[in-house]
Amino acid sequence: MLHIHCPYCEEMREEEEFSPAGQAHIQRPLNPEELSDEQWARYLFFRKNPRGLHHELWLHAHGCRKYFNMTRNSVTYQIMETYKMGAKPSITASEEGQS
Amino acid sequence: MSQVNRIAASSKRINRNRTLTFTFNGKEYQGFEGDTVASALLANGVDVVGRSFKYSRPRGIITSDSQEPNAIFQIGSTQATTIPNPRATQTDLYHGLAASSTNGWPNVDFDLMSTVGKLGGSMMPPGFYYKTFMFPQSLWMSYEHLIRKGAGLGSSPQQADPDSYDKMHHHCDVMIVGAGPAGLAAALSAAQTGARVIISDEQNEFGGSLLCSKQQIDGELPSQWVEKTVAQLATMDNVLLLPRSTVFGYYDHNLVGINERRTDHLGENQLQSTRQRVHKVRAKQVILATGAHERPLVYGNNDVPGCMLANAVSTYINRYDVVPGNQLVLMTTNDNAYKTAIDWHQAGRKVVTIVDTRESSNGELVKKAKKLGINVIFGHAVIEVSGSKRVKGVDIAPINAVNHSVTGAAKHFPCDTVASSGGWSPVIHLSSHTGSRPVWNEDIAGFVPGETVQQQHICGGLEGVYDLSKVISAGFTTGAVAAQAAGKGEGSYAGTLPQTSDPQEDASMALFHVPHSKKTSRAPKQFVDYQNDVTAAGIELANREGFESIEHVKRYTALGFGTDQGKLGNINGMAITAKSLGKTIPETGTTIFRPMYTPTTFGALAGADVKHLFDPARFSAMHKWHLDNGAEFEDVGQWKRPWYFPKPGEAMQDALERECLATRNSVGILDASTLGKIDIQGKDAREFLNRVYTNPWSKLAVGKCRYGVMCKEDGMVFDDGVTACLEENRFIMTTTTGGAAGVLQWLELWHQTEWPELEVYFSTVTDHWSTMTISGPNSRKVLEKICDVDVSNDNFKYMDWIEAKVAGVKARIFRISFTGELSFEINVQANYGMHTWQAVMAAGEEFDITPYGTETMHILRAEKGFIIVGQDTDGSVTPQDLDMDWVVGKKKEFSFIGKRSWTRYDNKRDDRKQMVGLKPKDPNFVLPEGAQIVFEKNQSIPMTMVGHVTSSYYSACMGYSFALAVVKGGISRKGQSVFLPLSDGTTVEAEICSPVFYDPKGDRQNV
Repeated sequence: MLHIHCPYCEEMREEEEFSPAGQAHIQRPLNPEELSDEQWARYLFFRKNPRGLHHELWLHAHGCRKYFNMTRNSVTYQIMETYKMGAKPSITASEEGQS
Repeated sequence: MSQVNRIAASSKRINRNRTLTFTFNGKEYQGFEGDTVASALLANGVDVVGRSFKYSRPRGIITSDSQEPNAIFQIGSTQATTIPNPRATQTDLYHGLAASSTNGWPNVDFDLMSTVGKLGGSMMPPGFYYKTFMFPQSLWMSYEHLIRKGAGLGSSPQQADPDSYDKMHHHCDVMIVGAGPAGLAAALSAAQTGARVIISDEQNEFGGSLLCSKQQIDGELPSQWVEKTVAQLATMDNVLLLPRSTVFGYYDHNLVGINERRTDHLGENQLQSTRQRVHKVRAKQVILATGAHERPLVYGNNDVPGCMLANAVSTYINRYDVVPGNQLVLMTTNDNAYKTAIDWHQAGRKVVTIVDTRESSNGELVKKAKKLGINVIFGHAVIEVSGSKRVKGVDIAPINAVNHSVTGAAKHFPCDTVASSGGWSPVIHLSSHTGSRPVWNEDIAGFVPGETVQQQHICGGLEGVYDLSKVISAGFTTGAVAAQAAGKGEGSYAGTLPQTSDPQEDASMALFHVPHSKKTSRAPKQFVDYQNDVTAAGIELANREGFESIEHVKRYTALGFGTDQGKLGNINGMAITAKSLGKTIPETGTTIFRPMYTPTTFGALAGADVKHLFDPARFSAMHKWHLDNGAEFEDVGQWKRPWYFPKPGEAMQDALERECLATRNSVGILDASTLGKIDIQGKDAREFLNRVYTNPWSKLAVGKCRYGVMCKEDGMVFDDGVTACLEENRFIMTTTTGGAAGVLQWLELWHQTEWPELEVYFSTVTDHWSTMTISGPNSRKVLEKICDVDVSNDNFKYMDWIEAKVAGVKARIFRISFTGELSFEINVQANYGMHTWQAVMAAGEEFDITPYGTETMHILRAEKGFIIVGQDTDGSVTPQDLDMDWVVGKKKEFSFIGKRSWTRYDNKRDDRKQMVGLKPKDPNFVLPEGAQIVFEKNQSIPMTMVGHVTSSYYSACMGYSFALAVVKGGISRKGQSVFLPLSDGTTVEAEICSPVFYDPKGDRQNV
């Protein structure tokens, strides 16, 4: 059971209030019609599944209903940071010496 | 004579003034307040308490704690109160307790299975179940039933539990697990900083090992130090004491789960109080002070009743005044266990001999034992026990532990009890729960907690520190350090430490498997895991058969799979694996312990979330009317929706036909309050709708409604409904009942993550409105009677909405239709719902207005070929598959969600499953929903399946049965026959047709 800091509520809350929404920082292409099937499929279906640091999108579903980002270690379940939509992560895998 | 093994009163833990009567396997016994079921049975000289899992060998009590593998009982006197598999060693005795063995048939003293076991001993090697019962797979279910009956895993209660349970949530600075010397010291030290402290212990009182220890603290018995410390903690407001509370799990981010047994020790049906309470503690810092478990030695026939752990024997003597035998042989690898022989001797019974596997020792306890005249034999081991229902004697032989051999002839000694000690294993279970890998500590020959990412501290026996003075001092230090880490205090304990002097001990020997003069495979059974009948020979065989990873060995032999989770046997099993593979123990590694630490009842985990509190239920404002008018209900999400309204004596199908005909011929009314409603506002609301719906919204004028379909980005239909333009920048979106929450979340997702620049706001208003739909040719006449505006076709057109007063109440009326009939959807403020409904019913009386439920709604809409998302679609269906390309905007500027995916190769295949209608050849046969469809009737199995039925009904209005289905390439196959092989072996034929069966031109809704 994770203990999660909502960057909008600015409080630590129980995991039960949140739902995960997949990988963070996936931008919808601005010109879908110009993409090949393969390029579109990359956006649509392909997701990272790293062992270690991962940037995830979460929703404070039973709270402020805001989506936010989380940098989480998929091995230890440690949450390194949570940050608002539009912000960049301050911790990335390359800084941790991972690929 | 009863209680033959109870000695003169000396322990304060037993209240001799309160005799408790209980039954075990139907026979009555007496014990005292303070006893566990195990100590009371031992007091009464009960040797055999169960039969073993595979070989049905008689088994007795081995331990005094959570490690117990044999004394696993069915406890409780009725089918409502019975609990399977509690450990007798951890079950407090109460008056009237009824216990029975969970295995043994017809009974534990005469067990039929044992003849099979004796015969089949060599026929039941490890992997027996895999090897024997794997094939044919179709018979597994019947095998499993027999195995379970033979295995004796206890039986579940057959009646509802009368007790109540609840949950509490806590936040604290320091959570301490275990209230032995280390935990108590840590609690005192942490609490004195002002930190909020919770300390829990699985036993009925605090003190842990100190409750039966005789090593003085500050010149007094250690139990007195415990009493003082607990009394001091109890006065502090910042400390919560939880005895009888097992920490069953340690979870991520320092969440600790505790099950507090509040009334189990008082007896059954303590209905005035909560029986068990789960505490969920989110702790800033956790101190694990769980101590260590003694390890048994593995020797021939070490499962004969009378073979026990040394420390357990001491516990029964010192804590419960019970000496579980008359003549003791103690086998040990260490000085510490000499205490047991000394305790036994001082209790006035005979110690036959101490067998020490080491060459020598000059520790204080050894000297003390010798001084008391106890015989000590060094360099020897008990290699084999004789006896079947009780130990009769032992064979003792000289051994060489280094090359695992017996070096001389064995000598026989008569005795009735064998206590063994192979040293101690730290209780690393909880630290393992969070994924921390234990590490091997050679000095103590045991695993200790490894690195962790939790805010976790360990101290005492768990660290592999066993000297009492060091344990206490570590407790005080750790408590202060943890408190400081939680922001309290200076990080050190300022008070004076209690004084105690530890006996000097010589080094112990690491011995996990006692050699026998015969090869392991030929020697008498040497049990490693008693609960699953895993022997040393079985582990070696598994290794020979190629199972080398400890995880594979575990699964193949079932080592550690019992309800004891391998507490007693795992380390020995790993060591035997390591030896047989020629590896070290750290190289072999350990399996990982997971929650629950000990079995936890479903009642405790469910808490108060049972019966009507299990899940919230939602009701519309008209619910009482539906109840009063005999509605049958169905669950739609959390909503209770009227399903149909049977008249007295009317069958369901008759009710449906009546409701359908009444609606088509006159007027029906449906409670549609449950449909999701989302109020959408903002200057970019229209643009937002353009992006999330497939059809265009730019030109929808105020006062108009439009049906829309929403797709996911992969192009598949996800929800549908009608959206109305309330004002230039304001819309009300209707969603399916079940999809309301998901749609709102979907809208928020796109707005918040992709298009935050759009100014648009979403509010769910589902519960703000009561909605009733009147439908049928007479619906306008009904509405006219109670509405204050002109609702004629000239003034109020199809797909318009108006504001009006209905029955004096301000309403929004939408002229939309899900039945294909002239329809009006009346929305009023929710709390006027009942009033308005009753007014509509009164106005409709002259037209015989008929309430109908979801089933009739489904039939009527299916006759019109209107889809229900989630019934006719399943997340793999595009609008094109539904033949609904008309709902796709062709000229929309923005590439709306889903659009790009329709031109993907896979979505352009012409053999995609497409929605069609089906007309069974037999007009009275209703196809089962979900039935599979094939093109060719006479295929061999497996047939090529080309689709399935999604909706299927009998239509009273049309006089025949019909269905909606998805069929590969179905849209171009209209007129062709398909076949539906049914589960009863018959095959029926149907014709593919248009999904619009009724009024295909749509005239009826447009009048």
